[in-house]
Amino acid sequence: MSQTHSMTQSNQVNSKEKQKKNAIQLIIEIFAVIVCSIFFLVPFYFIIVNAMKNSADAAQLSIAWPTEFRIWENIVEVIQARDYMLLTAFFNSTVITVVSIVILIFVGSMAAFVLHRRVSKLSKTLSGLFLAGLMIPPAVVPTIWVLEQFGIFKSFTGIILVEAAIQIPFTILLYTGFIAAIPKEIDEAAIIDGTGGLQLFTKIIFPMLKPVHSTVIILNAVTIFNDFVHPLYFFPGSENATVQLTLYNFMSMFNTDWNLLFANVLLITIPPFILFLFFSEKIVSGMAAGAVKG
Amino acid sequence: MKSNKIYSYWLLLPALLIYALLFLYPTVVSFFFGFTRWTLTEWEWIGFENFRMFFEEPSLMIGFKNTFIFAFLTAGLKVVVGIFLAVILTSKLKTKRFVRSTIFFPVLVSTIAVGITFSVLMHPSEGLINVVLGMIGIDGPDWLGNPNLAIYSVALVDVWKGLGIATVILIAGMMSIPNDYYEAIQIDGGNKWNAFVHITLPLSRPAINTVVMLALIGGLRTFDLVWAMTGGGPGFSSDLIASIIYKQYQAGFYGLSTAGNVLLFLIVAIIVYPIFRFLNRKEVDL
Repeated sequence: MSQTHSMTQSNQVNSKEKQKKNAIQLIIEIFAVIVCSIFFLVPFYFIIVNAMKNSADAAQLSIAWPTEFRIWENIVEVIQARDYMLLTAFFNSTVITVVSIVILIFVGSMAAFVLHRRVSKLSKTLSGLFLAGLMIPPAVVPTIWVLEQFGIFKSFTGIILVEAAIQIPFTILLYTGFIAAIPKEIDEAAIIDGTGGLQLFTKIIFPMLKPVHSTVIILNAVTIFNDFVHPLYFFPGSENATVQLTLYNFMSMFNTDWNLLFANVLLITIPPFILFLFFSEKIVSGMAAGAVKG
Repeated sequence: MKSNKIYSYWLLLPALLIYALLFLYPTVVSFFFGFTRWTLTEWEWIGFENFRMFFEEPSLMIGFKNTFIFAFLTAGLKVVVGIFLAVILTSKLKTKRFVRSTIFFPVLVSTIAVGITFSVLMHPSEGLINVVLGMIGIDGPDWLGNPNLAIYSVALVDVWKGLGIATVILIAGMMSIPNDYYEAIQIDGGNKWNAFVHITLPLSRPAINTVVMLALIGGLRTFDLVWAMTGGGPGFSSDLIASIIYKQYQAGFYGLSTAGNVLLFLIVAIIVYPIFRFLNRKEVDL
């Protein structure tokens, strides 16, 4: 009470000072927006504007407004390039992303459930082993060697299982954080009712994990769709193109079609951009939560 | 624990199987194949030969130096700039949603796309960065063509791309600090700087630690950004251990490439683990 009183008093006395403060605040606001736009929006403006240009204009590498709008022609040309390679790539990347996410959801949530609930030395060791995967760099050639032993090198099965293996630690981390918040009484009630472990999980726990499921889907979708390194190693071959590799269609030592290259960049950035538009809060909180708990 | 039985290890098995087969097992056998000359079908034990190469060949040796520079520089910048941004974005700024979204979006864009775009923006004569610098009378450097500078330029782009996630984690850390602390320091007559040094910094320690760890781990393992921007060049001047692993693999030196993997594993373990322990110990001291 007395605080509000003294505040109104000081307001009357210092109304001029307050005006000055507001002005400073406004300047800070404008400054923040401008600086942030220069550093973070100009590169995207550059991509968009060059995706609209003709080949000669784009070769200038400038942010000047296009003299001729060719966005539609460029996109068509990008899609048709190399016998519709971009469409193949979108298909391949989508298959890899979707299937590995489905695997991650089931496999990851089950594992996190047991790892969190089961109190034993073994489950602690296993937790540590999974967490280590957040740090350890994957061993490249030995992984290829293992894939070859099973005859799944250069196959969808191979790349999907590798993507799943690499994302399992982070997925388990996300699920464990959420499962820890589900009271154990729920389990106990189910056990008294005579529910088995598998049923307890599928009928009760799994449906409760809905909020994390969506976080797991979105974060893994961005990571796997944008992944360049692992398809490069474990899914090589021209018929196996993934979207990230299509960027190299228009680059050569001597002559790069910058307008087509940036039209391609634009096209493959649309999926993550859509996710960002609809789920930015989810993505941000998921990444922050996963990271802080790690 | 009687109820343990219900949490059957069978539920864990699928995850463990995939992870063990395609992640743990390759990691373990890398400690064998790193000591061989290897064609994937045949191997020949050659002892420490591969590792000796890594330490004697200047073109391989430079990977260590660059990996350290890259990891520590990007981690440091992400923390410092991230704290600055997080402080601004937890203030009363009305436009903070816009600013936060703009800074965060690059996190979701493909590294290769970012790398290609910036290699154009960093073009020595026509690139936007040097054109703008030229307007204010600065003769911009050849960002990616100068062998002494290339790795630093790539590191800056990595900071640009990864700053969003660092900032978001730090914001989460700062938001979790109870307001009472700030009120207390205000009553004691402390100004904003005091509040920052005595409350914000120490109490967002866990978030700062997380950012340091994530940035270091990411930085030590990075490959795609360098590959997209310089290909390790000019010469070998911006090669990282991870890009050397790729180059040796492409050249068919599988044993040498795997030795690189072993070294990277050891470096991550030697650097990250003690720092992890150190940062966490400090936290307890508070």
